[in-house]
Amino acid sequence: MAYGPKVIDHYNNPRNVGTFGTQKEIKERKDLGVGLVGAPECGDVMQLQIKVDESGKIEDAKFKCFGCGSAIASSSLATEWLKGRTIDEGLEIKNTQIVEELSLPPVKIHCSVLAEDAIRAAIADYKTKNGVEAAAAKA
Amino acid sequence: MDLPIYFDNAATTRCDPRVVDAMLPYFTDFYGNSGSRNHGFGWRAEEGVDLARKQVADLLGADRKEIIFTSGATESNNLAIKGAARMYAKSPEGSGEPRGHVITAVHEHKATLDPCKRLQKEGFDVTYLEPGADGIITADMVEKAMRDDTILVTIMWANNEIGTINEIPQIGELCHNRPSGKEVVLHTDATQWVGKMPTDVNRDNIDLLSMSGHKIYGPKGVGALYVRRRRPRVRLVALQEGGGQERGYRSGTLNVPGIVGLGKACELCMQEMDAEIERLRGLRDRLESEIERRIDEVQVNGQRDKRLPHTTNISFGFVEGESLMMSCKDIAMSSGSACTSASLEPSYVLKALGVGDELAHSSLRMSLGRFTKPEEIDYAVDQIEQAVIKLRELSPLYDMHQEGIDITKIEWQSH
Repeated sequence: MAYGPKVIDHYNNPRNVGTFGTQKEIKERKDLGVGLVGAPECGDVMQLQIKVDESGKIEDAKFKCFGCGSAIASSSLATEWLKGRTIDEGLEIKNTQIVEELSLPPVKIHCSVLAEDAIRAAIADYKTKNGVEAAAAKA
Repeated sequence: MDLPIYFDNAATTRCDPRVVDAMLPYFTDFYGNSGSRNHGFGWRAEEGVDLARKQVADLLGADRKEIIFTSGATESNNLAIKGAARMYAKSPEGSGEPRGHVITAVHEHKATLDPCKRLQKEGFDVTYLEPGADGIITADMVEKAMRDDTILVTIMWANNEIGTINEIPQIGELCHNRPSGKEVVLHTDATQWVGKMPTDVNRDNIDLLSMSGHKIYGPKGVGALYVRRRRPRVRLVALQEGGGQERGYRSGTLNVPGIVGLGKACELCMQEMDAEIERLRGLRDRLESEIERRIDEVQVNGQRDKRLPHTTNISFGFVEGESLMMSCKDIAMSSGSACTSASLEPSYVLKALGVGDELAHSSLRMSLGRFTKPEEIDYAVDQIEQAVIKLRELSPLYDMHQEGIDITKIEWQSH
C-alpha cells in the first residue's frame, strides 16, 4: 500500500503513544476515559485514553494501536485533535475528517471509523465513570 | 550490500542476466515465427524453441514431446485441471448425470481453486482436503478421499506461502495403482518446486505438472505444462483454439524469446540446484534461528523439516504484518495480513493450518533466492528486530500480554 505523506509522518513519528497506567489502574481512575475497540482477529485494535481536567477539558490523550499504518496514523491523529477540546467537542470529530486529513484510500476507511469509535468509547467511559450522563439527565 | 533487500522470491525472481543474454537475439535477429516452415527465420526460431523444450524436459526428467509451452503456471493449471476433467468426464455437460470426482486441497493457490470451482459449476464433484497444523497433504488423506468415480487429483508440490512439501510421489503412486485398475490422473502445481528441488516425473509418478518461468530466474509471461505421453497417455481438452500449435493443446504463436529464456533458466537451475539447496537452507536456517533467539513470541508456520529450503513464514505476536513491513522499509517481503490483500481477509492458507486470525495478521513470508547474500540475512534480522520492538511499544496487545492478560479471553467487538 503506497501511503500519503501524512500517514507516513504519523507512522514514523506517532504522537502521544502510551498509557496512563496499567489496565487495572486506568480502570479505577475517574479522571481517565479509555476506549478499546477493534479485535485482534480483524487485524486492528485501538486503545485510546483521555485525561480530563475538572472543567471537562481533555488535557491529555494517549494511544496504543495494533494495526496497519493507517490505523496507527488515524489513532495518532485522534489524540492530537482531542487535546484541548471539551469532551463534547471531542464527539464532533468525525471519521470523514480523519479520512480527509490523512488522504486515506477507500480500503482504509475502516481505520478512520475505528478511530472515531475509539474516541466515542473513551468519552463514554469517562462519562459513565463520572455519572455525567446521569447528571445531565437530572438537570 | 545494495538496498533494498529482496526477500520475495516466492512472488517472483530477478531474471538471471545469463537468461536475458540468451533471449536478446530472439527479439531482433532471430525474430521469425517458429511455425514458419519455409524460410530461415522460422527455422532459426524453431531451433531456439527445440533447445528450450529439451532444457525444460531435462529439468523434469521428461521427454521433450511432453512439454507444452504456455503463458505461465496459471494457464498451465487451467489447461491441466479443466482440460483433464473435461476429457475424462463420466458424462457430458448438462446431462444431469454425475460427471466425475476431483480431489484438491483448501490451501492450494487460487489458480487451482478457481478452476476447480468452475468444474463444480459444470457438474463435477470436488473434494477439498484440509491439512493438519503442519500444512502437509499426505497420500493417506488423498487415499481416504478417493472414490470409484475419481478422475483427477490436483495437489501442489510445495506451498507458496509456507513452503511445506506435499507427498507428491506417494500420491502419484496411489493414483496409478487403484484397486479398480483404472488410473487416476495426478496434476501437480509445481511452480514453487521445479528448478529449486530435484524433479523426475517418472520416478515421482506425475501425469501433469505446471511450472512458471519467472519463479526460476526466467522471464514473466512464459511457463510450461508437462503432459505425460506414456503409461498412461494423458489427454486434455484444449481451452484455446486456433492454429493448433503445441500439439493442438495450446494454439497461438509461440513466445519464442520467452520460451528460449525459460529453457535457459531451467538449464541454469539444473546446474546450480544441489549447491543452491545447501546454501539457501543455511541462510534460511540462520534467519529463523536469529529471529527466534532475539525476538520473543514468534512462531514459524508450517512443518519445519518438510519445507522448501529457501522459504520461511513467521508470525510475530502482537504486531500487525503490514505495519511491520512498513517499518522494515529496506526489505521486500510478503505478509498474510488482511491489510495487504484486496479481500481484507487474512491468509486462507494460514487459516487452513489452524493458525489463529490474529497470528495470520502478524505473519511475514520471507523467500530467499539465487541472489541472496549472507550479509543481507544479518541486516534483515536487525531491521526486523528493531521494527518489532518499535511496534510492540505501540501495541496495546503486547502491554496486556506483559500484564498477564489473556487477550483471547477479552470480549472483542469484531467489525
